[in-house]
Amino acid sequence: MRRNQVAVVGAAETTELGVIPNMSQLQLHADAALNAIADAGLKLSDIDGFATAVETPQQVCHYLGIKPTWVDGTSVGGCSFMLHVRHAAAAIEAGLCKTVLITHAESGKSMIGKLPRSIPADSLQGQFEAPYGVYGPPSMFPIPVLRFMKTYGITHEQLASVAVVQREWAAKNPRAMMKDPITVADVLNSRMIAYPFRLLQCCLVTDGGGALILTSADRAKDFPRKPVYIMGTGESVETPMVSQMETFNSSRAFKTAGPLAFKEAGIAHKDVDHLMIYDAFAHLPLFGLGDLGFMPHEETGKFIADGNTRPGGKLPLNTNGGGLSYMHSGMYGMYALQESVRQMRGIAPAQVANAKISVCHGVGGMFAASGTIVFTNER
Amino acid sequence: MAEPQRARPKPTPETQHFWDGTKAGELRLQRCDACAHVYFPPRPFCPSCASRKVSTFKASGKGFLYSYVINHRPAAPGFTPPYAIAVVELDEGPRMMSNIIDCPQTPEALELDMKLEVAFQELDDKIPLPVFRPAQG
Repeated sequence: MRRNQVAVVGAAETTELGVIPNMSQLQLHADAALNAIADAGLKLSDIDGFATAVETPQQVCHYLGIKPTWVDGTSVGGCSFMLHVRHAAAAIEAGLCKTVLITHAESGKSMIGKLPRSIPADSLQGQFEAPYGVYGPPSMFPIPVLRFMKTYGITHEQLASVAVVQREWAAKNPRAMMKDPITVADVLNSRMIAYPFRLLQCCLVTDGGGALILTSADRAKDFPRKPVYIMGTGESVETPMVSQMETFNSSRAFKTAGPLAFKEAGIAHKDVDHLMIYDAFAHLPLFGLGDLGFMPHEETGKFIADGNTRPGGKLPLNTNGGGLSYMHSGMYGMYALQESVRQMRGIAPAQVANAKISVCHGVGGMFAASGTIVFTNER
Repeated sequence: MAEPQRARPKPTPETQHFWDGTKAGELRLQRCDACAHVYFPPRPFCPSCASRKVSTFKASGKGFLYSYVINHRPAAPGFTPPYAIAVVELDEGPRMMSNIIDCPQTPEALELDMKLEVAFQELDDKIPLPVFRPAQG
């Protein structure tokens, strides 16, 4: 795909984030979509392309009254929306549609109108993982951590510092769920969830949603908001079974998607002003920094513990507070994208001064899938 | 109402030989006749070279502790926390999820790279589950 041919011209989250007991999951989609439409100065009838995950495109399109000529229901977990951005950019360039709406919403906390997630007993996961007591992401996502720590000499304190630094960013975001400062000791004394991870190293569980609107870069200049261009994109999948990853020392999906996006964007790591790495759990930023090639994995824990990713640090990372402190409805990728767009528009609550390039890296499932988007505000 | 049960595997045509194996006290893996690749979970073709000529064989049942979590909450139905969910690397190469028995479920006792050997846990009279214990001697 050619760089900077497609732009984000509308972006918004749901009116409320956190605990939203008065809205179903489907209505959260609509709330986010209507906010994004208003942000872009469009009407719903202007939308001719639509993508969403978990809920089907037909469900959300019917509810909103959208009549699309292009749809994408790619649903690979929390990074589905990065893949939607990539697919939408390709579709717009190919002329399949002109204006794409991407929605995410999840009633992750209130569980209103939320589709049940279950593992069939005759699936491979049902036969070869579920009988051993896995029960939700906290029991599965951290399984690689101890091996990763041993291979690279990463310490418990370094992994705790991820949560500490992100809380510093969250304190600058009025919409963040958790804003009170925490220390490494607080993290290491919080309730044990799945050793080696404690409560403050696991993402929040909240309600919310978000939506993006994309169109061609040529049309983007006529919209009310500053266009945010799609500079590079990458995607991949590995395995739905965390036990079957090629290695616990890195993620193959990360190592495929990340470099693809950098190559397409034609950028080097030193060009990155702002970085989002989907942090469902505290180890993900370490995997991301290593797998995206910012530094050897051995250095990732020290890099974060030394404050390089905190406010004022040389590589601002997860500037909304991340899934650990901002919000996490279950599929956080949309909120990482929203923060990258805010940073590129120059309107983020914790704005990185003069940021021109933002890398937004997502994970789906337990390292099952990955998508990376490089944004820029210069064409 | 009965207590929620521990999840039990339900074989498919492609995995039946594996679960027949646990009933016979064997951990069965598959090897490609064309490229010799040994793989898991079961399927009737080689995920490395796509050959449909594959053989099932009895694995040594030996391996080492690759990684794990000790799950505290929420606990899966049928489990009493804290309990370890482990990934074992088999001597033949593939890795599989499992539980570690005959061993305290603590970070001190569960040392990465410790040698393990397979055992078969009877969940009911239908399907024994392969689990691992610290290797003897």
